[in-house]
Amino acid sequence: MMDLRELYQDIILDHGRHPRNFRAIPEPTHTARGHNPLCGDRVTIYLSLDGERIADVSFEGRGCAISTAAASLMTEVLRGKTVAEAEALFKHFHARVTGGEEAELPEALAEDMERLEPLTGVKAYPARVKCATLSWHALEAALKGASPDTTVKTE
Amino acid sequence: MSTASMPNPASGAGGFDPRRLRREFPIFASNPDLVYLDSAASAQKPRAVIDRIAEYYRTDYANVHRGVYRLSARSTELYEEARDKVRRFLNAAEAREIVFVRNTTEAINLVAQSWGPAFLKEGDEVLISELEHHSNIVPWQLLRDRLKIRLVVAPIDATGGLDLSGFEARLSPRTRLVAMTHIANASGARVPVETVVQLAHRYGAKVLIDGSQATPRLAVDVQALGCDFYAFTGHKVYGPTGIGVLYGRRDLLAAMPPWQGGGEMIASVTFEKTEYLEPPHRFEAGTPDISGAIGLGAALDFIEALGRDRILEHEETLTGYGVDRLSRIPGLTLIGAGQHRLGILSFDLEGVHPHDVATIIDRHGVAVRAGNHCAQPLLDKMGYGATTRASLGVYNDERDIDALAAALEAAREMFHR
Repeated sequence: MMDLRELYQDIILDHGRHPRNFRAIPEPTHTARGHNPLCGDRVTIYLSLDGERIADVSFEGRGCAISTAAASLMTEVLRGKTVAEAEALFKHFHARVTGGEEAELPEALAEDMERLEPLTGVKAYPARVKCATLSWHALEAALKGASPDTTVKTE
Repeated sequence: MSTASMPNPASGAGGFDPRRLRREFPIFASNPDLVYLDSAASAQKPRAVIDRIAEYYRTDYANVHRGVYRLSARSTELYEEARDKVRRFLNAAEAREIVFVRNTTEAINLVAQSWGPAFLKEGDEVLISELEHHSNIVPWQLLRDRLKIRLVVAPIDATGGLDLSGFEARLSPRTRLVAMTHIANASGARVPVETVVQLAHRYGAKVLIDGSQATPRLAVDVQALGCDFYAFTGHKVYGPTGIGVLYGRRDLLAAMPPWQGGGEMIASVTFEKTEYLEPPHRFEAGTPDISGAIGLGAALDFIEALGRDRILEHEETLTGYGVDRLSRIPGLTLIGAGQHRLGILSFDLEGVHPHDVATIIDRHGVAVRAGNHCAQPLLDKMGYGATTRASLGVYNDERDIDALAAALEAAREMFHR
């Protein structure tokens, strides 16, 4: 099944099985939970900001291969980025997986976007788009949340 | 009225042939390779139902219970005829014990919002079970918060069936209502509702049974069962969406106040005082889903023509085949359904999340449900965030189970290579 392999690429299966940065940060500067009531997936994002820069980012939770791999890859590309860069990446990534209008991406982030590219296979699976974006929505909530501990729901 | 032609799909000795029966369901003509294993969410519709609804709109349509002209009288007659078909389907004593609602959820909410405040006071208890669908949990939570009653939950046993002694231990003179499923939608566990009713009545509690998953699969006789309320939905018994049924014992319905006000449910209205109609019309405010009721009647005719004993035999045989076939897949665990599982196979495939399972097997043409099946407390208790659920209908046979098993093997292979 060729089309399935476009969704479940090796990198997705690998990150789904062996997620990176799958841990809590003991004293995060920001945190938020994401919940997809449709499938019961839950994710907690931990952030440690040093000024405007993401010194550390990690996650915990349970979910499908897509949502686990999405969270794992997200934490990998975000380490060391500024908050503005993280937001630019999310905006671009979100447009890529939902088929929305793509915003201009700074040249410096092109390589990171390439790393996220395998996840854009969900575009062909409307019911699964939320799996790929759940952790990003939680990240955004963590960054913007007035309360240090907020929950976003995809439904 | 020209009666919609109703071929006998159940012809042939000893049971029916699901493959032949599929010809009665146009969805399979439009989707020839569809392996539909999601009837617990909603069943597909036979031609007899689809045609009956279209025919009604073409030839007999008018509003009910108001026009003096013949067409309206005809429409009213058909609507009330559908009510009598439901009465026969449940073997209720009288048609006025049948209230048309939107679905099972609305039926349960009707009881909660009408019977609840009229008969419950602070400290009274409503007893449900861990097997319930959210629709038999949340209406009681709303009522609990409003009336300061207690919501008590009977546990399941280690096998996933209702723990009868645990249930009995939670009954007391404070128990005013037992609200319980007949077959658990998330696991397929069949509850011994006869025993539940007997025990509950011993304590003076009324009993509401959620028959959403039972009515498509086995014969229900509310008089033999002795329950006080029985709820089911049309779209799971091969009927249309938007129509459901609340059966309520006549004396109970007669003592219950209206829950929604409007036309169709009143005897007279002045600005000072309004007199309500007797049940069932008291509970059917506004223009009802007339075509839905008539379509439901056609669906019940379809079921009766197949034979409810034969449907049960078919579901039992195929459930057994499914359990046997799926159990042979390495890493697959069926979630417990007690001593009697019927029509529903809910499972975990090691190392593959249910949503990934559902996406992958969908590409093999197999439609199943993945998630918590609106029964989050049950799955939490069993230690699952989500499961994959395959559920059966009259059009399924061994080949569908084989296709599911093959697709599951492919999913496993993809994740374990």
